[in-house]
Amino acid sequence: MIGIEHYVVVSSILFVLGVLGIFLNRKNVIVILMAIELILLAVNINLVAFSAFLGDLTGQVFAMFVLTVAAGEAAIGLAILVIYFRGRGTIAVEDIHRMRG
Amino acid sequence: MIQLIVFGPLLAAIVAGFANKSFGTVFPKAVTTGALFLSCALSWPIFLGFMTGTSEAGVTPVLEWVRSGDMTFDWALRIDALTAVMLVVITSVSALVHLYSWGYMDEDPDQPRFFAYLSLFTFAMLMLVTADNLVQMFFGWEGVGLASYLLIGFWFRKPSANAAAIKAFVVNRVGDLGFMLGIFGVFLVFGTTSIPEIIDRAPEMAGSSIGFLGMRLDTMTILCLLLFIGAMGKSAQLGLHTWLPDAMEGPTPVSALIHAATMVTAGVFMVCRLSPLFETSQIALGFVTFIGAATCLFAATVGTTQTDIKRVIAYSTCSQLGYMFFAAGVGAYGAAMFHLFTHAFFKALLFLGAGSVIHAMHHEQDMRYYGGLRKHIPITFWAMTAGTLAITGVGLWFAHVGFAGFYSKDAILESAFASGTEMGRFAFFIGITAALLTSFYSWRLVFLTFFGKPRWDQSEHIQHAVHEGHHDSAHHNLASQEDAGHDPHAPAHKALDDEVHGHAPAHGDGTAGYHPHESPWVMLLPLVILSLGAIFAGAIWSHSFLDSAAFWDGSIFYNEHLMHAMHEVPAWVKIAPGAVMLIGLAIAWNNYIRDPDAAGRFVAMFGGVYTFLKNKWYFDEVYHVLFVKPAFWLGRKFWKWGDEGTIDRFGPNGAAWVVAQGSRYAQVVQTGYLYSYALVMLLGLVAAISWVMVR
Repeated sequence: MIGIEHYVVVSSILFVLGVLGIFLNRKNVIVILMAIELILLAVNINLVAFSAFLGDLTGQVFAMFVLTVAAGEAAIGLAILVIYFRGRGTIAVEDIHRMRG
Repeated sequence: MIQLIVFGPLLAAIVAGFANKSFGTVFPKAVTTGALFLSCALSWPIFLGFMTGTSEAGVTPVLEWVRSGDMTFDWALRIDALTAVMLVVITSVSALVHLYSWGYMDEDPDQPRFFAYLSLFTFAMLMLVTADNLVQMFFGWEGVGLASYLLIGFWFRKPSANAAAIKAFVVNRVGDLGFMLGIFGVFLVFGTTSIPEIIDRAPEMAGSSIGFLGMRLDTMTILCLLLFIGAMGKSAQLGLHTWLPDAMEGPTPVSALIHAATMVTAGVFMVCRLSPLFETSQIALGFVTFIGAATCLFAATVGTTQTDIKRVIAYSTCSQLGYMFFAAGVGAYGAAMFHLFTHAFFKALLFLGAGSVIHAMHHEQDMRYYGGLRKHIPITFWAMTAGTLAITGVGLWFAHVGFAGFYSKDAILESAFASGTEMGRFAFFIGITAALLTSFYSWRLVFLTFFGKPRWDQSEHIQHAVHEGHHDSAHHNLASQEDAGHDPHAPAHKALDDEVHGHAPAHGDGTAGYHPHESPWVMLLPLVILSLGAIFAGAIWSHSFLDSAAFWDGSIFYNEHLMHAMHEVPAWVKIAPGAVMLIGLAIAWNNYIRDPDAAGRFVAMFGGVYTFLKNKWYFDEVYHVLFVKPAFWLGRKFWKWGDEGTIDRFGPNGAAWVVAQGSRYAQVVQTGYLYSYALVMLLGLVAAISWVMVR
């Protein structure tokens, strides 16, 4: 029987993957964007799972909002990347350190 | 009327000082000179009124000044016989010097400033002599010091003039500190600074003692000594005299007005004004006598070896001030004031005459390069001769007629002898010796300048002038203006000139082809008027000043007994000043006219003495080692250790260092990588949530 624990575990794993994807990734900014999507999805899974478990639709409605926002965020993030690539000729994470003190 | 006398020069100074370029130079000159002649014209009736007994002593209040608890004093103008004497001296000499400066400063671009300073000086000096309380006197005292500083450094592009101005100011500070302490002390003891009250109550304070620096000292002695230190600074007495010869860097009319006739006599005036105070302390009077006599001799010895015409006269001034002080010290205040009065005429005359010579000789001041000027500038020659006859005290003792200095100097020497004290006898013999030296150096000046053969061809100034005369006249005008205005010693300019023109053509007669010209009438008129003063002032006024208690009317301490004893001295005492005058004249005539090599032989024989005197007894050198160097050392320590080592190091520099070092550590955190910021965010979030949950 698949209980609430399994959902929570899966979403936790996804969340940790997303976080690690941000911190350990040294190559590509797109991967960071993807990792952020992963974190948002982990949250969505949590929302939907608890919604079903508690019989409260609010969580599922909230998940729809999160998806919408994630889509917008991905679009804007990619647009920034394109502009950045035009300007700097690279999107390697290693090279993006203009804020160094 | 007295307000007009005193404040007229101030108004003129303000108008002349703030009149801008569009007014030209004539307007400020006319305003200041006019104001001074007006003051002079108003002063003489007051003075003559005291002579005839028609003027009344009195005080004219001007403004309230300070009301603070027990301390009250006002601006007020006090007129009595003593002030009247000073009024005519100051306004007459100042008016004549203003007139003289029209000619002497004619080529200077900054004339309005010069005339404004001169008038400002006159105002300050008048405030000093009309003061009714010590604080107002101190105001005038500092005012004349300021004006003196400004005028010595008038040619501010000349480094030596600036140095001399600073030296005069700083040395005077030493004296002024004494004066200030004296005023504080007077207020402490008497509870007032009003001069009449102090004088009234001085006798009851005689003999009391006061704690000072942990010792019990006689009150009046300590007050008088402190006040006298102020007088020593202003009147260039031995120890604090070093600024006066250097002050000759200023324009010559300034030397005549400030450093001969008026400001330097302020110390004598102060001692006479406070004479009842000084009379209460024999120790202080002895000190005044000693310092006066010592200065008198010291300055006279140095004066014999100087070659700069203005420096000779400066040392002569110093020496004559010594006479005035020892006259005051033995109690002959009338004689001191009389010598001040006659000295103002003949010393201003000598200075203005020297200015006329310098003017004629194209700003050459070294007497070694003069000679034979008698025929070229005859009026200046006769004026200078009159001044010299006056200063050396030429007169017929048995008939009691003579030049101005004859009456005043003999009165001083006789009263010193008649005073009967040890110190008085000492001062008398010193004074006689100094009179011999005075006669020698005064005649030496005249002989070197006006007699003998011209020696002008060795002078760079004359060569300079001759070259310019031979070449384009436009250059001449420009250069002579430069010369007169700012830097007679411009080396670069001169070197260039020499290179271009080569050396002067040999004329064989020592003139280098130069023709001195007599000064314009605006310079000669003051010389003539002052000559009359130098010749007749003594004869006309000796009775009032010396023998008339009614004339002084209590404005100074009048020692009836001494003034009678003065006339009862042995005949040899009366003859002595005249005799030493003749000896000095004979030596000078022998050394500089009959046998011009004699001076050189003397120097060769007594090289040590000559060098010692030539270097002014090494006062400047000793002071340099004793005071200037330690002051520099201390200043350097304060600068290096105190300022840079402590305040800067731990203050601004330390704060900056902490910030810089801190930012270096903060910098390490700022990697610039996105993920590190994200990690910090995450950690922060975790920490915040944990805190919320645990709480």
